[in-house]
Amino acid sequence: MSAIPADTGPASTGSASTAPETVGEDVLVRVENLVKYFPVRAGGLIRRTVGQVHAVDDVSLSIPRGKTLGLVGETGSGKSTLARCVAGLIPVSSGRVIFDGRDITNLSRGAMRPVRREIQMIFQDPYSSLNPRRRIGAIIGDPFAIHKTATGAERKRAVQELMERVGLNPEHYNRFPAEFSGGQRQRIGVARALALKPKLIICDEPVSALDVSIQAQVLNLLADLQRDYGLSYLFIAHDLEVVRHVSNSVAVMYLGRIGESGPIQPVYGSPRHPYTVALLSAAPAADPDAAAARQRIILTGDVPSPIDPPSGCRFHPRCPKAEAVCGQQEPQLEARAGDAATHLTACHFPVQAGENLAAAGRSEPA
Amino acid sequence: MSITGIEVAGQEIAAGEGALDASAAKIQGRSQWQLTWRRLRRDKVAMAALVVILIMVVLALAAPVFVSITHHPPNIAYPNTGEDAAGNPVGPGTAGFWLGTDGTGRDLFIRILYGARISLFVGFVTTAIGVVAGVTVGLMAGYFGGFIDTVLARFTDAVLAFPYVVLALALAVVLGPSLIVIIGVIAFFSWAAIARIVRGQTLSIKEKEYIEAARSLGAGPFRIMFLDILPNLLAPVLVLATLYIPTAVVFEATLSYLGLGIQPPTASWGNILADAQNFYQVAWWYVIFPAAALLITTLAFNLFGDGIRDAMDPRTERAFAAGRARRRRGKRQVLANDSQSHLSHAAPYVPPAEGS
Amino acid sequence: MAILGFLIRRILTGIVVIWLVSTGAFFLFFARPVDTVARQLAGHAATPQVIALVIHNLGLDQPIMVQYWHFIDGLLHGNLGYSYFNQEAVTTMLKQDLPPTISLVIGGVVLWLVAGLSVGIISATRPRSLFDRSSNVAVLIGLSMPVFVIGELLILFVFVPLNRHGFTWIQTGYAGISQGLLTWAGHMILPWITLAAVQAAVYTRLTRGQLLDTMGEDYIRTARAKGLSERRVTFKHGVRAALTPVVSQLGVDVGQLLGGVVVVETVFGLGGLGQVAVQAIDTDNLPVIIGFVIVAAVFVVVANIVVDLVYALLDPRVRIA
Repeated sequence: MSAIPADTGPASTGSASTAPETVGEDVLVRVENLVKYFPVRAGGLIRRTVGQVHAVDDVSLSIPRGKTLGLVGETGSGKSTLARCVAGLIPVSSGRVIFDGRDITNLSRGAMRPVRREIQMIFQDPYSSLNPRRRIGAIIGDPFAIHKTATGAERKRAVQELMERVGLNPEHYNRFPAEFSGGQRQRIGVARALALKPKLIICDEPVSALDVSIQAQVLNLLADLQRDYGLSYLFIAHDLEVVRHVSNSVAVMYLGRIGESGPIQPVYGSPRHPYTVALLSAAPAADPDAAAARQRIILTGDVPSPIDPPSGCRFHPRCPKAEAVCGQQEPQLEARAGDAATHLTACHFPVQAGENLAAAGRSEPA
Repeated sequence: MSITGIEVAGQEIAAGEGALDASAAKIQGRSQWQLTWRRLRRDKVAMAALVVILIMVVLALAAPVFVSITHHPPNIAYPNTGEDAAGNPVGPGTAGFWLGTDGTGRDLFIRILYGARISLFVGFVTTAIGVVAGVTVGLMAGYFGGFIDTVLARFTDAVLAFPYVVLALALAVVLGPSLIVIIGVIAFFSWAAIARIVRGQTLSIKEKEYIEAARSLGAGPFRIMFLDILPNLLAPVLVLATLYIPTAVVFEATLSYLGLGIQPPTASWGNILADAQNFYQVAWWYVIFPAAALLITTLAFNLFGDGIRDAMDPRTERAFAAGRARRRRGKRQVLANDSQSHLSHAAPYVPPAEGS
Repeated sequence: MAILGFLIRRILTGIVVIWLVSTGAFFLFFARPVDTVARQLAGHAATPQVIALVIHNLGLDQPIMVQYWHFIDGLLHGNLGYSYFNQEAVTTMLKQDLPPTISLVIGGVVLWLVAGLSVGIISATRPRSLFDRSSNVAVLIGLSMPVFVIGELLILFVFVPLNRHGFTWIQTGYAGISQGLLTWAGHMILPWITLAAVQAAVYTRLTRGQLLDTMGEDYIRTARAKGLSERRVTFKHGVRAALTPVVSQLGVDVGQLLGGVVVVETVFGLGGLGQVAVQAIDTDNLPVIIGFVIVAAVFVVVANIVVDLVYALLDPRVRIA
């Protein structure tokens, strides 16, 4: 992932600031200081806004052409909201989304229409992302109909080609979603997303609802498609192993902010942010001996509410390394000493190589 | 039944595109409607009700045929053959009057048939208007939300709470009682009830992921409303519509009875029964036959509507409920296949959108 | 107390509604060309001078806003105008015709609620029993019948035969309570049944359905597991929860009640507000019609407030709104 170093542009809290392209890679999507707040309303007759849900709080990232950016986080970290902001499904409170050189932030529906051909989404739940009352031929053919790119027999042919490509039997054109398994339904969703040959596909936890064996099939399909069509993916998940498998780079989100980001190798190999370390330690390891040898880091406490996030570093109430400054000052997202320029961390006391986080503070309770 | 797409795709595509089309057509998924119809066919009560409805429709349409058989047009009085010495109606079977005569010596059977035409016409037309208007309003209120929803929903509630009699009075005063008044009043009321239910359904369907998917594809609001949401609404709307027809028929009869609707000499079951009141002591047939016609018609529609509602209900839901009941009550009887569906006539049960 | 605020808000809204309805009714009725009205009243053979006289006497030649002002002014003073025919004050007429309507409404509502709820509850607690099945059939027939048909059939099959055989307790027409409780009831029993029949069917079905659904809920199972008697479980927990949709349905049905009242009064010749209103239509007696409309609006508003109050008492979540 290519992010812009923090030494240019105005000082901003948390994430990298904006600047013209300084890194060599061809960037398809750039998100700059994206903020999305949802108002919390209360009251009966007259609804007053009593608070804000800080779903996404100043996030910047970019996705290079033909590559995959993984976005990881717990429920409530804001990753789904971020995805929908990029897709233009919900309006942005502030910040920018730049797609293929064009600013597509908060465009009107009419202006957004041509953009929609190039940004598509695949959804998490295979059981509710397809209209149960329509035949899958119609569902997959929807993009052609909406954007008037093919009709009649031509459309049908195109749909059946798509079905073939994702591994479905084209003869099932007239079937209903209820007649397919979960994995097949996700393939239908993929076919629908592919129809107009988009440049970016946002995958919102596309395999979380599937059996592990089916997950592999669908992930392989996605990888094949990326290779064949040069697609870029924004891949959202909460499972780190899945993300490692499919992504070129990863961003870890916590309560609306990015804690750590960078290419897969450095982030997984030497994670710097305590949250990342904790997540990695919780991922199941296939080798039982290695699992036993590993130190589990158990974070205490629950995820705080995004309506009233903690001051300073959002993670500090649960962080084993937290000190006074963590509660007062927001850490900047920047490269740390000894890391590649693309490996960014937002932490006052990044984890060093060889450091035993479990011993540092609250670790496995007795 | 499910085939892992990868293995099958390689083998079966070789057949070529023509074959592709043909076999695609063969592997038609069974739509919700086909499944519903199969279930409905097994419900004997509902089928019988359907037959009765069809007979009624045929009879009503064939009314002029019966006029030429009996030579008794509906509005012609026969004081000589049709009334006895005291000027009272004659009974069934006398002098070529199949069901007897009414207060002024007109053929009762023929008048009942012509009344059927009015009733069925009003029933179907007002329901059709109500459904079209109600679905449109409900869809827009539910989908757009916000200000539009507030305005439309309040308006719908106001209309629903409004006593229909007052409205009928008002229209009767301003326009004079007529068929138009009846259709206006009934359609005015029925669309509101349908709109309210459609709005509720739309609100819940709107949150589904496939709607979000449609938006992400760039579909406009009207395409989403009518192509994505509406097919999921058709089931409850159909049930509502079928159960509204008898309501409309009863409405019409009541308004005509009160003198606010169809005026004599035009025959309507309502005004026939109004006049029949004056003769109930001497001419029981004058009350019984029109009342029977009315009752049979509305009963048939209600039974058929119940049948459709049950046929659309996902069986799994009921089986689960039945199983749960069985586990609870031990030796007590189970609730399986309860065809007199237990939910309100006025606010029909709305089956979940998914599942067939 | 929150309930008080709730009540005040509803009353204020109600007043606005009544005002809107009265204004609407006024403009609806009086916006017609005046000579048609006058001609109908004066008769076909009336000369233009007579018609002009009638128009002037009734105040119909004044500009519409002046008429409206008179109307509102009269309303606030409790004066609803005078009948076109016998110059009787409309308010007097309404007062006279109120007792039959009130008797009918109270008795009918009580009967339908009692019958509907009890049959519904019993059916729900004994599903598929003979009682349940027969009540389902009765409900279906009841739902299919127009009110006036039920009335006519009752007259034909109950009133007539009973009277013929000398059992004269049941009568048509109205007799006030002043004539004796038994006499009053004898006149009212058939109208009550007629008014209640269709609504009882609706409520039986609704109650049965709601109770069946509620009894399937997990918290009912918990109550049973706690060892509560079946009766307590049904009544204290099940019925209370099942009642809320019934009450909200009641709010909608209040409007329909008026229709039933009009029909029943006409069938049985009770001479109450409804019947008088319908007669007023035939004679274009506008002040009486408007009086009825306003009374109807007041009734609907008050009934809705009462229903909302009961709903708020039953369901604590509503009170916060």
